Amino acid sequence: MSLTAFLLRLGDDRLILGHRLSEWCGHGPILEEDIALANMSLDLIGQANLLLELAGKAEGQARTADTLAYFREAVDFRNALIMELPRGDFAFTMARQFLVSVFEVLHLERLQTSKHGTLAGIAAKAYKETRYHARHSADWMLKLGDGIAESHQRVQAALDELWRFTGELFESDDLERGFVTQGIAVDREALRAPWRAEVAHVLTAATLTVPDDGFMQRGGREGRHTEHLGHLLAEMQIVARSFPGAEW
Amino acid sequence: MRARDEFWTAVGEVLDPEVPVLSVVDLGIVRDVREEGDTVVVDVTPTYSGCPAMRVIENDITEALHRAGAKNVRVNTVFHPVWTTDWISPDARERLRAYGIAPPSGSAPVATGLVSLQRGAEVVACPRCGSRRTELRSEFGSTACKAIYYCTACSEPFEYLKAI
Repeated sequence: MSLTAFLLRLGDDRLILGHRLSEWCGHGPILEEDIALANMSLDLIGQANLLLELAGKAEGQARTADTLAYFREAVDFRNALIMELPRGDFAFTMARQFLVSVFEVLHLERLQTSKHGTLAGIAAKAYKETRYHARHSADWMLKLGDGIAESHQRVQAALDELWRFTGELFESDDLERGFVTQGIAVDREALRAPWRAEVAHVLTAATLTVPDDGFMQRGGREGRHTEHLGHLLAEMQIVARSFPGAEW
Repeated sequence: MRARDEFWTAVGEVLDPEVPVLSVVDLGIVRDVREEGDTVVVDVTPTYSGCPAMRVIENDITEALHRAGAKNVRVNTVFHPVWTTDWISPDARERLRAYGIAPPSGSAPVATGLVSLQRGAEVVACPRCGSRRTELRSEFGSTACKAIYYCTACSEPFEYLKAI
């Protein structure tokens, strides 16, 4: 049961961020980027599918990845708040992707050696994919930050807005610390320093300013979400809820 | 026990729906075919977590085995060891190239540490004219496994199966 609670965090992070990226499909600024955003979305939703399936199996009550994705309410989702924020402009989407992907590269690199064999396998696959996301989004930090005045201003504004949602990525609780002790989960706190160093390295090269740490938003891991999640779920879940059990 | 040859042959004739010059065995995603009683069990490993072709591939494998006389078929998804393009044989790489998709250049990079701003020194030859004067246009192509390149020699865009 507690393993399910832990896996939901990993799965929901990817499902919700993947959905946000999918909203760009057909709206990308250029064709190549439209395709890239859809591809990253697909990777994340694929990872979510594997993790939620595993969460359902661990629970042993016949909930599948689909039931977990489509038939839970907002208060039952355990994603970090940064994942659910509206996609904003392209700079906002890429800044978020960069901050989250750098975190996930560090996280998944360690999760590959989890003592939970299936989780380790999923992490190894996701790690390779996420390296591409990190590289792609870091490229965009350079292009936008060191681009023209407007692109610089927009990506800086996005980083300033997003910064207070980054603290939650490194948060742990007793549940997760228990799994860290068992060698199943990764100690999130230990990722803070390397994450900060890498983010600062890229942003500095991109002539951007690393925002100051201040008040950090939290609550997603306990189901306290922003108003945005409900709207996202309404769109994501409507077909499955309107036609339960439908297959196509 | 190891499945009879006719079952291996049947699985080996299932083509990747996205890259129909390669079979699922060429790609290395079929890890094992064995018989457990009257059930043929196939272990497959996904190329990418969200690869939409996986479901189609599972169905195609199941159908091919039934046609070959298998009574029951079970397709298992396995994650270890994680799929790598290194499992694509030289012969299959040549078929990819002839089809117009540049095969993975060399072996998969050893992925460690951080990636940002590091550029791989991958030189990708144009599958049409063979020139190595090509440039990366996008890390992401029409499917998750491909990137988009452009050949400055023959002025044609082409797809590259990423080495992972």
